[in-house]
Amino acid sequence: MSTEEKKNSQISLDSEILSPSTEKEVSEIVREIYSKQLPVEISGTGTKKVFGYNLQTAKKLSLSKLSGIIDYKKEELYIKVKAGTPLQEIEKILDENNQELAFEPIDFGYMINSQSNKGTIGGYVACNFAGSRRFKVGSVRDHILGFKGVNGKGDIIKSGGTVVKNVTGYDLSKLISGSFGTLVVLTEITLKVSPKKQSQITVIVYSDEIKKISNLFDKILSSSNEVSAATFIPEEPSNKNYENTKNKIFKFNDLDQEGSFLAFRIEGDKRSIEERLKELKVELDLSNFKSSILDVHQSIPFWKKVNNLELFSGTKNNILRAVMPPAKCEAFSKFLNKNYKYYIDWCGSLFWIEVLDKDDEKINKIKNFIVENSGYLTIIKKSENFDFQDTLFTIDNTRLMISKKIKESFDPKKLFNPGRMYRDL
Amino acid sequence: MTELALPKIDKDTISRKDQIVSHLKKITKDENILSEIEEIKPYETDGLAAYKQTPLAVVLPENTKEVSEILKFCNEENIKVIPRGAGTGLSGGALPLQDAILLGLGKFNKILEIDFENKCVVTQPGVTNLGITHAVQHKGYYYAPDPSSQLACSIGGNVAENSGGVHSLKYGTTTNNILGVEMVMMDGTITRIGGKTLDQEGYDLLGLVCGSEGLLGVITEVTVKILRKPQSVRAALIGFPTVEDGGNCVSDIISSGIVPAGMEMMDKALIDATDKFSKAGYPKDAEVLMIVELDGTKSEVDGLLNKVSEIAKQNNSNSMKLSNNEKERLAFWSGRKAAFPACGAMAPDYYCMDGSIPRGKLSLILKEINELSKKYNLAVANAFHAGDGNLHPLIMFDGSDKEQLRKTEEFGAEILKACVKHGGALTGEHGVGIEKRELMCESFNNDDIQQQLNIKKSLDEKNLLNPGKVYPILRKCAEEGRVHVHRGEEKFPDLPRF
Repeated sequence: MSTEEKKNSQISLDSEILSPSTEKEVSEIVREIYSKQLPVEISGTGTKKVFGYNLQTAKKLSLSKLSGIIDYKKEELYIKVKAGTPLQEIEKILDENNQELAFEPIDFGYMINSQSNKGTIGGYVACNFAGSRRFKVGSVRDHILGFKGVNGKGDIIKSGGTVVKNVTGYDLSKLISGSFGTLVVLTEITLKVSPKKQSQITVIVYSDEIKKISNLFDKILSSSNEVSAATFIPEEPSNKNYENTKNKIFKFNDLDQEGSFLAFRIEGDKRSIEERLKELKVELDLSNFKSSILDVHQSIPFWKKVNNLELFSGTKNNILRAVMPPAKCEAFSKFLNKNYKYYIDWCGSLFWIEVLDKDDEKINKIKNFIVENSGYLTIIKKSENFDFQDTLFTIDNTRLMISKKIKESFDPKKLFNPGRMYRDL
Repeated sequence: MTELALPKIDKDTISRKDQIVSHLKKITKDENILSEIEEIKPYETDGLAAYKQTPLAVVLPENTKEVSEILKFCNEENIKVIPRGAGTGLSGGALPLQDAILLGLGKFNKILEIDFENKCVVTQPGVTNLGITHAVQHKGYYYAPDPSSQLACSIGGNVAENSGGVHSLKYGTTTNNILGVEMVMMDGTITRIGGKTLDQEGYDLLGLVCGSEGLLGVITEVTVKILRKPQSVRAALIGFPTVEDGGNCVSDIISSGIVPAGMEMMDKALIDATDKFSKAGYPKDAEVLMIVELDGTKSEVDGLLNKVSEIAKQNNSNSMKLSNNEKERLAFWSGRKAAFPACGAMAPDYYCMDGSIPRGKLSLILKEINELSKKYNLAVANAFHAGDGNLHPLIMFDGSDKEQLRKTEEFGAEILKACVKHGGALTGEHGVGIEKRELMCESFNNDDIQQQLNIKKSLDEKNLLNPGKVYPILRKCAEEGRVHVHRGEEKFPDLPRF
């Protein structure tokens, strides 16, 4: 009997934290908890613990030992990894090969405790929150080619594979992305990787007028000049209870710190960047605005800060994530006005909003506005001592009913992260 | 064709036909229900014309409420339902059953809203794929996924099959280009998934439904993303003296960081066939021919095209033409687009396969296919969406010779198994349908398939919606599975297939 097999034959649920190091062990553990009806909280390194409702399970299933790169085929543009692999490790090896994950993974570490901590790939896929390039290249789910995992009965299941064109059976890779660990314990994930662009610049356009900003977003979205990111960073509210971090975070030689600004990124080879910049200047009427340009050395760190929510570094307040139809950008910005600290990403679609601890009751108001305007809200970080009831996620009754049925088909005894997304699921 | 296993026929349902039809007449107008044999005939098959079944009746509802009431009634009465869009699918996904109602979405043929502000179009599912582009092209927009049948195939069918196309290499397939759907579940429940926002919260039901081949719900409305047309599009037509050189060139282009809009490959057999058929002027000395299309801004396209030609030269290309205008570019494509009809002219019958493999295995699989061709003594021509490793081998045979037919089927199954063995998939874009159903166990084990069946059961408890498709009935890997075209008699002879 090999060492691994020995371990497998002695699956014990004695300790509070169960840390399997192989897929088979995960399966054995789940079979045990299935027979004993023991719900578990699934975690990687715990960086996304703040998302969703708090769990109070007796047992925790940690995937941090299920780590490592299984297969990286640079020329086939995919990487297959174990689910507990740190995102940083994946990004490092891709970077060495001049490749990247096109969906620009967000580093939530800053928001949670003021320092970088990207967590594991499994955790990242489980929340499906893509970064600034989303509107151009798709979300996390669009980059998952396949996965393996263990369902709520302990069966090892897979879907997809390593090729981009594959319509064999239901596309479960999509379904498990954003399921917050409530359907399967992920064990293996195959991600599509992309070649890095040769260079980039960022154009800063200074304006406080939201009407003009939303018009610029629209023109960028309508342009064939392939802008790969666009954000609006407004002046912070005068309310002293919000920490003013904008000028500290966005400190660059070529960025004027006075007032609000829109920033957009052009990526590609140098000649193409120049050509597109020239055309965009005309398309966006940039001669009517004050503007400046961040070169590649400033542009790269600039977008890291935008992407990683550094504006909300270490905050104790609520952090909301709202996605709106792009045409509602102006109306929603006006609604938020100077009452909240917020910024807009995804070229007018994604709003990150900080709401003061004592303003908790206002969250419902914000949520109503969002839902009435065909958007959706996810409360990412909750301030302490507040009963959010059913407000953390946005879902209607019919979809909730369907979601419950799907949950049951994967995890009939509701063992995985019970109640994390919705009560009773 | 080999005998096709179908779900057990419910004789009770057939005996209740009159009663069922009269109930359906309470839900929708009389003229929307077809129950006479001559009216039903056009619906007895889809793009996989080798299989035919006559449904109990055809119902053509006019709105979502009617769809919901029909499904609710059928669910309560245990009547099977087969949803159908334009019926152009190549894997038999809309094949009727004798004891089933065929639910045609043909009357859902209107575009509901063109929303340039939100860069999307809200449409009924019966609108054609190309119809969407036609509706927005005056402002310089288009809908990106471009299955070769785009002139006729419906967007609802595209959602069901997660259709791709030549340009999915850069722009993705249907699943990457839709924002929302309205869907009716088998019990009649109407639900909206997604909308005009990017992504949706909660379980990605849109991702689950897209490509579910009509097994989980009936799509009654689709919101698709529209894109701005690229400023410049150019193509290169490149010949290689060996298959290996061509295959290596594909890998080198991709790993150099270039993402072409499309990258197609044809082998010698197909070059010869299409050249006779379409006079595209393809090089005679090439073992494989590649069309690489690039789009973007003008200088970017020019620059990338130069880079592509350099990579091709390093891989021993023996001929190269670069398009300098739209006419030249379309001329490059003319032969490729004539590939299927050209094969139809070469042999009484051909089977079109649809597998996918890792790009790096292109020359290997081509070699294996050619060895199999010798083994079975059957000619084969190969068309590849090389950029994303999607193969369409076309096996030529004479269907009137039973032994040849049997051999062809074996040959085809061996190709698909080889795709899976090399790390690829059974189907890249045509879907499983009834065609590759029994081959599913090549890709999945029992637990994998059981999980998928559990999902199906959770949303359609009685297995009434499009039963007998996708999942094996025999639970053994029978060897079936290709598009069968007899004497060029395709179900949709006017549609280009590539």
